[in-house]
Amino acid sequence: MDSIFGISGRDFVLLAADTSQARSIVVLKTDEDKIMKLDDHKLFAMAGENGDRTAFCEYIQKNLHLYYYRNDLKLSTRAAANYTRKELAEALRSDPYNVNLLLAGYDEEEGASLYFIDYLSSMSKVPFGAHGYAGFFLSGLLDRYWQKDMDREQVLALADRCINELRTRLLVAGNNFTIKIVDKDGIQVVKAASS
Amino acid sequence: MGDNIMAYNGGSVIAMAGKNCVAIASDLRYGIQNHTVGFDFPKVQRVNEHTFVGLPGLLTDTQTFHEKLNYRMKMYSLRENREMKPQVVAHMCESLLYERRFGPYFVEPVIAGLENGTTPYLCAMDLIGATLKTQDFVLAGTSSQAMFGLAETLWKPDLDADHLFEVISQVMLNAVDRDALAGWGCRVWVMTPEKVTVRDLKARQD
Repeated sequence: MDSIFGISGRDFVLLAADTSQARSIVVLKTDEDKIMKLDDHKLFAMAGENGDRTAFCEYIQKNLHLYYYRNDLKLSTRAAANYTRKELAEALRSDPYNVNLLLAGYDEEEGASLYFIDYLSSMSKVPFGAHGYAGFFLSGLLDRYWQKDMDREQVLALADRCINELRTRLLVAGNNFTIKIVDKDGIQVVKAASS
Repeated sequence: MGDNIMAYNGGSVIAMAGKNCVAIASDLRYGIQNHTVGFDFPKVQRVNEHTFVGLPGLLTDTQTFHEKLNYRMKMYSLRENREMKPQVVAHMCESLLYERRFGPYFVEPVIAGLENGTTPYLCAMDLIGATLKTQDFVLAGTSSQAMFGLAETLWKPDLDADHLFEVISQVMLNAVDRDALAGWGCRVWVMTPEKVTVRDLKARQD
């Protein structure tokens, strides 16, 4: 079961995801990167069945690029989130994807924003969020320690707290997590999947 | 998804009529079964100048149905060059839902508006578009049983806007406090011929 979570700070959003890829009782790999770059200022953290996860997110990524080439316009985070929701909702009653998503982005109008999209395609803009089993452990923790406009050090410390909690208490948590941040300067990889 | 798909996300909406005014209220919880994810997810939208539509139920269908309804309403106003009346909005919802009779949207619309800007109009329907029009109050959602009891007791005809706000707020707050799947704040809209006010209620955050 994938663990992903996101925390927004002042003008930036942090996304973290575990890096293990398992099938039943076998761990297939421990350096899977589950945070995909959608464009220079958007990140997608993906959780769910492996095939659906990569197929759906690549589909969204390529369609955003196509939109950019056709219209010479990069979509805002809100527009990209609504587009993603629409694609998931259209597939829901014929050919559903089993993917839970966190979309983080930075644009000029809204600043940094984080969108929580579940596999049934309901969507909400949230200050922080976590999918799957991680949600049960981290919601309370993030409620307690998150404040508006935290700076980078504070958010990284909070993310470490979250990762330690998952390592300690979640049976199926991966050991390794990848962490990426998106802000006005683009995407920074704080901790890569293969480290 | 569990045995009750309408209770997967949770949420409740109630609308009431007063003297030349209507009020509609929604809880703000965004949850996934027993896990609360967000606290700013109202299920009611003001779809045009004189109509509110509340859509409690499965929240993905709430969002999809709101989008479909907005699209159809905008096309109507482009073609007809006029606004859709509340009764027409209700009939459009009814037909959009019945189109999906054997694979329905899991929402139970609650529609409130002012016909001609003055006369209250209330309508509720089930997930396949069976409508109910009434003069007092309409409601739907996971707290429906509690809301029915409170609304039946507290509602009186011909309440003015301020009293209607008090009544609908008390019904909403006390009903969602007994429901694990609804709550985390309430938002109340009151529409009179002159204006629309929206207020957030201070509610138990659990």
